[in-house]
Amino acid sequence: MSFRTAPLTVARDADKSSLFTDDIRAAIDREIAKYPPEWKQSAVMPTLTLVQDANGGSLTRELMDAVAAYLDMPAMSVYEVASFYGMYDLEPVGRHKVCVCNSISCMLNGSEELIDHVRERYGVAPGETSEDGRFTLKEFECLGACKDAPAVLIDKVYHECLTPAALDKLIDVLD
Amino acid sequence: MSDKITLEIDGRSCKAALGEMIIAVADREGIAIPRFCYHPKLSVAANCRMCLVEAEQGGRPFPKPVPACATPVADGMKVQTRSHKALEAQRGTMEFLLINHPLDCPICDQGGECELQDVSMGYGEDISRFSERKRVVQDEDLGPLIATEMTRCIHCTRCVRFGAEIAGVRELGATGRGEEMRIGTFTAQTVQHELSGNIIDLCPVGALTSKPYRFSARAWELTERDSISPHDSVGANLQLHVRRNQVLRVHPRPNEAVNETWISDRDRFSYQGLNAAERLDQPMVKRNGVWHDIDWTSALKLAADGLRAVEGDTIGCLVSPRATLEEQFLLQKLLRALGSGHIDSRLRQQDFRGDASDPQRPWLGVSIAELEQQKALVLIGSDLRAEQPLLAHRIRKAALAGAQVSVFNYFNVELTHPHQSFTAPPGCLLVELAALAAALELRGSSDAVRELIGLAKPEDAHHALAQQLRAARNDGNGLILLGALAEADPDYTLIKALAEAIAIGSGVRLGYLPSAANSTGAALAGALPHRAPAGEVLETPGLNAREMLTSPRRAYLLWDIDPAADVLDPALAQVALSDAQLVVACSSFRTPALEQHAHLLLPISAFAETSGTFVNAEGRWQGFQGAVAPPGEARPGWKLLRVLGNLLELEGFAYDSARELRTELETLCANSSFDNSARALRPALKVPDIDQQLMRVGQVPIYASDMLTRHAAALQHTPLGESIAVHLHPEQAGELGFAHGERVSIRQGDATATATVVITDSVPKGCARIPAAVPGSETLGAQIGPVALTKARG
Repeated sequence: MSFRTAPLTVARDADKSSLFTDDIRAAIDREIAKYPPEWKQSAVMPTLTLVQDANGGSLTRELMDAVAAYLDMPAMSVYEVASFYGMYDLEPVGRHKVCVCNSISCMLNGSEELIDHVRERYGVAPGETSEDGRFTLKEFECLGACKDAPAVLIDKVYHECLTPAALDKLIDVLD
Repeated sequence: MSDKITLEIDGRSCKAALGEMIIAVADREGIAIPRFCYHPKLSVAANCRMCLVEAEQGGRPFPKPVPACATPVADGMKVQTRSHKALEAQRGTMEFLLINHPLDCPICDQGGECELQDVSMGYGEDISRFSERKRVVQDEDLGPLIATEMTRCIHCTRCVRFGAEIAGVRELGATGRGEEMRIGTFTAQTVQHELSGNIIDLCPVGALTSKPYRFSARAWELTERDSISPHDSVGANLQLHVRRNQVLRVHPRPNEAVNETWISDRDRFSYQGLNAAERLDQPMVKRNGVWHDIDWTSALKLAADGLRAVEGDTIGCLVSPRATLEEQFLLQKLLRALGSGHIDSRLRQQDFRGDASDPQRPWLGVSIAELEQQKALVLIGSDLRAEQPLLAHRIRKAALAGAQVSVFNYFNVELTHPHQSFTAPPGCLLVELAALAAALELRGSSDAVRELIGLAKPEDAHHALAQQLRAARNDGNGLILLGALAEADPDYTLIKALAEAIAIGSGVRLGYLPSAANSTGAALAGALPHRAPAGEVLETPGLNAREMLTSPRRAYLLWDIDPAADVLDPALAQVALSDAQLVVACSSFRTPALEQHAHLLLPISAFAETSGTFVNAEGRWQGFQGAVAPPGEARPGWKLLRVLGNLLELEGFAYDSARELRTELETLCANSSFDNSARALRPALKVPDIDQQLMRVGQVPIYASDMLTRHAAALQHTPLGESIAVHLHPEQAGELGFAHGERVSIRQGDATATATVVITDSVPKGCARIPAAVPGSETLGAQIGPVALTKARG
């Protein structure tokens, strides 16, 4: 039997009402309701996003364990998902995330120039956070905005066809 | 044959079933296709891409090479595994796989038996075109059994799939992405599943290797010897890897009917005990409290004279249920020829009131492979994963295929599949069982069973289970199994009576989970007080294991047991032994208790050092040969008994070979079939007082099961190597006023010990789980029995 065709459910007797807040639980439950009951774990990605947003933009081991407990899935499967996707952060981040796409189209259209610019002007290399904790710079795999490369995702908003000067304007208005 | 299709692989016409993958058909036909991630026992991942082949269907070639492991066969398909296109694809894959592989074969333990090495000899290039930096992966400590070198990992994910699909615990995973991907536990934990050692065999490269074996030999220096595991009642088929008369490691030998391709970690790593410093390698005698080495001639003469000097009836013999069939047979012959019927191998049983009515030759009730087909399984008194790791795996397979598994036990056991637990302390568990009987509307054949059923208040869960059992009856796929903990219960006979009533009433089968490698064989060898060889019933039985200690004998013969650990009640055993006039201990190890209580120590061979036979739970006779010579002066047990028999001038000890002995046993047992139905009505029994008296439940942890395992250092250092502690329910601890981690003294009659309190809700109220056979438990009483706990002083 493959764990791809059948969910590896870990039944837990733990009291789930102590996990997260009422609002988050309600939001997670709405996601769970989109899938067949035995495939509760399909809701892992939106759940991680909800939990990460509520925790100031990053996840911790304890939060991932709580997600696993809430969705009755092995903790390892949650770690795998959270460590695979670029939008989850496992280390503390700044107040904002500046994600520069560095896949082929953006690279050809100057994304490396953007990264170098941020490094020089703000002293922040990819993966680092500015000293004032304002933003974290991330080098991202394809944002799917090749048509208007280079693209940068700031928090949850796409910005396209950027130049270093245009990026500066965006970063400067971050609080 | 209508569901068979025909395809062509490398010009050879092959028959296959629909849905089979190309690689499975090629394997059957003996056509070699290179692979890393494919494994017949695991799901198809198709992520290594090594098995790419060229295929065409209906004259139309597939546009690209296809992975043979993930491409189902079709009628008329033509497959080329060695065409230019296929070889080109395989070579390309090989080049990519080697890009990040360190190629450190000279210092790698897998060197010489490495799938990557073999395949790269066939498909790799002499030089690498890759001039960039190779990736380096930080290592992780997976515990004392498995050594890691994760830089060598090629991400086949066999170990990950093993955890998810076979073990049922996702301990390892693939975290990160692309170049950052790595296999590990993520949280730096020790891998602790009892089958986890199998990932060493599964790993096609040197990323996961055996830690105890690490850097000790090269594969080509080892000789392979077949053997059988001496631990649980599966009798896993083993291959011992031997160099210069030393077992260096143990591998599984595939046998679908017994162990498939797996073995438990206990089977794999217990060989370490063979080389332990505590091995007894010299006959020894105690004079004035001091042990002296003596030669075999004097030792055997002392033993013979000593046994001759006492009356036959005053000799008692406690024999390990892990002794070979031949040893058990000769021992009972010796004892009975000396005029004593007092021989027993049921060392962990205290209630023998059922002896007269017990089945003649009890067994598992079904074959091991048939366990998988059960639809409803009821386990009574069993810490299944610790007692029978490989049977637990079969039961897991049944559960995943939809079987309903229910567990009646004294504490919650952690199983890796859905199951229902009925947990109650000893005594109350009888009522739980009776509730099931009541739900089945059984009336009971004896007063005790009727009384219990009268006490029971069946709940919804009991009714549901009754329903499941009735449903399973229709296709004959229901089974009730009695485990090793039930055997230690003070009311084992009542448990058996209830289980029999439930089995008969619901129409399902009843089986026993024999605790050790040769527990089933003991009935055939006659190593029981109420059974002669071939399992013939003795109308005037000798004293059983308990009676031999409660009405002490003047002389004892101990066969490969430690009286402080291998018996139900170590305190009682040690008192009886200390008063005896003569204690002859034939043992492969020296232990403090043996040194204290024995007068003569005779060194016998351990597992791997003798030839013999084990009869496993399903009644399968599995013979094996010695792979190495015993250390020092130690001798195979059957030879020692032969000489002792001749010295005592007893009839029937003139054997020239172990083969001769085995042939005699085979002839004797030719008509001895197994059967689990009670021979007679169960005796009239008193229902125990089911009050809230605190009861000890002492399960034997997986790595405390026998002397060999207890001396295997690596196993003892795993998280499953339990030590003594008092596990209590939070409410129970509250009532007694104990905090977590507090030292308490344990009292069972005159027997005492101290241990730390562990508060857990896996134990019900009224029950104190205090493991047996672990350091610190030597001075305690019966595994299951009343216990008093008080705060330790000082």
